[in-house]
Amino acid sequence: MSIEVRHLTHTYGEGSAISTVALDDVSFAIEPGEFIGIVGHTGSGKSTLVQHLNGLLKPTSGQVLVDGQDLNGEGVNRRALRQRIGLVFQYPEYQLFEETVAKDIAFGPKNQGLSSEEIDRRVRKAMDSVHLDYAKYAEQSPFELSGGQMRRVAIAGVLAMEPEVLILDEPTAGLDPRGRDRILSMLEELRAKDHTTILMVSHSMEDMARLATRLLVISEGKLVADGSPREVFARRDLMTSIGLDIPESAKLCAALRAAGYDLPADLYRPEELKEQLLRLWKEASAC
Amino acid sequence: MNEQVRIQLEDVSYTYEEAPSPALSHATAQIREGEFVAVLGHNGSGKSTLAKLLNALYLPSEGRILVCGYDTAKDEFVWEIRRRAGMIFQNPDNQIVATIVKEDVAFGLENLGVPTEEMLPRVESALAAVHMSKFADSAPHMLSGGQKQRVAIAGILAMEPSVLIADEATAMLDPSGRQEVLETVRTLNRQKGITVVWITHFMEEAAQADRILVVSDGQIVSEGTPREIFDDVEKMRDLHLDVPRMTSLAAELRAQGMPLREGILTVEELVEEVRRLCPSKSAI
Amino acid sequence: MLTNITMGQYYPVDSPIHRLDPRVKLVLTIAFIVAVFLVHTLLGYALILGFVYLVSRLAKIPFKMLIKGIKPLRMILILTFLLNLFFTAGETVLVEFWIIRITREALRQAVFYSLRLIFLVIGTSVLTLTTSPVALSDAIELLLGPLKKIHFPAHELAMMMTIALRFIPTLLDETDKIMKAQMARGADFESGNLISRAKSMVPLLVPLFVSAFRRAGDLAMAMESRCYHGGEGRTRFRVLKVTKNDYLACAAMAGLIALIILEGIFLT
Repeated sequence: MSIEVRHLTHTYGEGSAISTVALDDVSFAIEPGEFIGIVGHTGSGKSTLVQHLNGLLKPTSGQVLVDGQDLNGEGVNRRALRQRIGLVFQYPEYQLFEETVAKDIAFGPKNQGLSSEEIDRRVRKAMDSVHLDYAKYAEQSPFELSGGQMRRVAIAGVLAMEPEVLILDEPTAGLDPRGRDRILSMLEELRAKDHTTILMVSHSMEDMARLATRLLVISEGKLVADGSPREVFARRDLMTSIGLDIPESAKLCAALRAAGYDLPADLYRPEELKEQLLRLWKEASAC
Repeated sequence: MNEQVRIQLEDVSYTYEEAPSPALSHATAQIREGEFVAVLGHNGSGKSTLAKLLNALYLPSEGRILVCGYDTAKDEFVWEIRRRAGMIFQNPDNQIVATIVKEDVAFGLENLGVPTEEMLPRVESALAAVHMSKFADSAPHMLSGGQKQRVAIAGILAMEPSVLIADEATAMLDPSGRQEVLETVRTLNRQKGITVVWITHFMEEAAQADRILVVSDGQIVSEGTPREIFDDVEKMRDLHLDVPRMTSLAAELRAQGMPLREGILTVEELVEEVRRLCPSKSAI
Repeated sequence: MLTNITMGQYYPVDSPIHRLDPRVKLVLTIAFIVAVFLVHTLLGYALILGFVYLVSRLAKIPFKMLIKGIKPLRMILILTFLLNLFFTAGETVLVEFWIIRITREALRQAVFYSLRLIFLVIGTSVLTLTTSPVALSDAIELLLGPLKKIHFPAHELAMMMTIALRFIPTLLDETDKIMKAQMARGADFESGNLISRAKSMVPLLVPLFVSAFRRAGDLAMAMESRCYHGGEGRTRFRVLKVTKNDYLACAAMAGLIALIILEGIFLT
């Protein structure tokens, strides 16, 4: 499934005295299998963008095309399209409501009108994807789980709809390092196994460096950069000018280059830096 | 007891009702006046329980806690302890009581029975200390998360405490909000000498403390300066805690035989070591 | 807009009426209601109308806004009018038609009852338009203060009002978020009959309640840690002061009531 965003503009409170432009002429296309990181400050328009991709908001102008079909066009079955694009909100554990984990995860598939066998299959598969043991947790109340587990139940609730594109708004917010690593490795697996296209909003550049194949940088409602992490993190000036960080390793690369060392400009992974530093050290000890 | 000691934990254990095992067991520690101590640990490690014990919100099942010399288990000291050791919580929304910023800052003073005419100057200087004076008349729900936390800090400051306990005060904030709150508290620590107990799971924040207590499974498993704590990369990894990227990179390089010094935390420190070990032609 | 809801009806401008002590305003509003009930002549209502017009000018409230307050009550108004018109006993018949019989007395009563209702609403609207909910809860706490002696929880009541006002925007935000999250899972809040729509609210209401309880727990702990221990020994940051204008307002209200009484005695 492909998604194309064309000249998307969104104004909140249009026409009123306090109208604010949240998105300003944003265009890009998502190809199947990508892992896209969306970065930007709080209030930059990221969350607004993400809601447009799921048809929860209507553009003030511009279009969101899903497989060439306008998501807001006349006679388009928005609910059907929405089910193919899963959206996991920030702190998704706050949406849990059922008596048992399995019932909660089944909510989405049930709304899709699936048979009970199919629903059961999907619940099991979704729980497996988020590393929750079906036998142990299916009949438990979601409210008795730990924060990290609740979050995984909530994500499973979206996965059970088997979306082709999965969008996550800060899926690791508020989690400790262990909870965070679980979610991130889960997403990696999901992309490898089910070929799900993933869009993730995150503040953590380290996480982005680890996972993303492409970054969209948003500032004040505008798309200011769109490229591979390598390209984006090499543009250190742009990133700092809009108040965003770059990974520590990219900072180290820049600092070493500034100190006169001969390194490629666009390193951002710790492994790359490790290699380069060992090379420098060996060259230095050789002479 | 020593005047310099602000918080003293003596073999403290705490078990929640009906819990099979203690949330905190046999914790012993001391925090001295003016220190900035980070308590680093996972969710469920017992670090939030510790925070609540320090504020007499929970009472130890075993052992004894002294806050500014007062035993938290003694009823008559409860309000004195809470005034002297103010606490800010994780969720910025759930600790602001009033509908206007300055009135919320005054909330603690009203509870303490401070005369009305003394309140305004104290509220104003507390708001100034956290750089929120221009929001004195704003409604809290119009503020960002970081700003709300600063209002909460001002509410504590107005009570003129000697200890500030932050129970994961930045866990729900974005990076700039986190920075803004941590910066505020560090300034208060340095300029006003307020002792800080900073409870967190972010290693970046713990790295800025004077001293770190690492908590895991209800126990204080290690204690030391950030350099000492993070240099034990293996142990931190076993505890599923992060170490600064540069510290782990330095450890990997050391494992490959590169003779880097111990205790590297920042990019600058690593660059300096690289310059020492590999003087490049153009860099000389 | 969210902000409007916490402000209630409050119309935030600066005026002598806005600046009056909320306690005085509350008492005067009650006095005004009494005055409205004392009126028995059209001239009396003209006096009341004149008074309301003057106050609304002083308060810088557009007259339109006062009328707007009556709108939701129009069904009740019409009903009051008609019931009184048809079912009041009277002698001087104005219209008689089939089973309908309208008398002069009935018409008079219908008009008076309707006017009374209209002025009651307008009077309280002036209070809520010129007094913020926070000031109002303050006034209630202070006025009910003496009742603490008979264990009436005046402080607790006011604290509850303040906290409710503080958390309404937060919970509204949250409602919006949860609703969208459930819609993203295919929930349908709009279509279907009444029963299926009520059922579709469960995925919204359960998380909302869970969250409200969690917030309440957190808040209770935060308040305790800030030394809250009920109203006892508590001082106040906001103090209310009665000024010259408050006395003037009281005098004006006394004047109105006196005029109404005099007019009632001499002109009927």
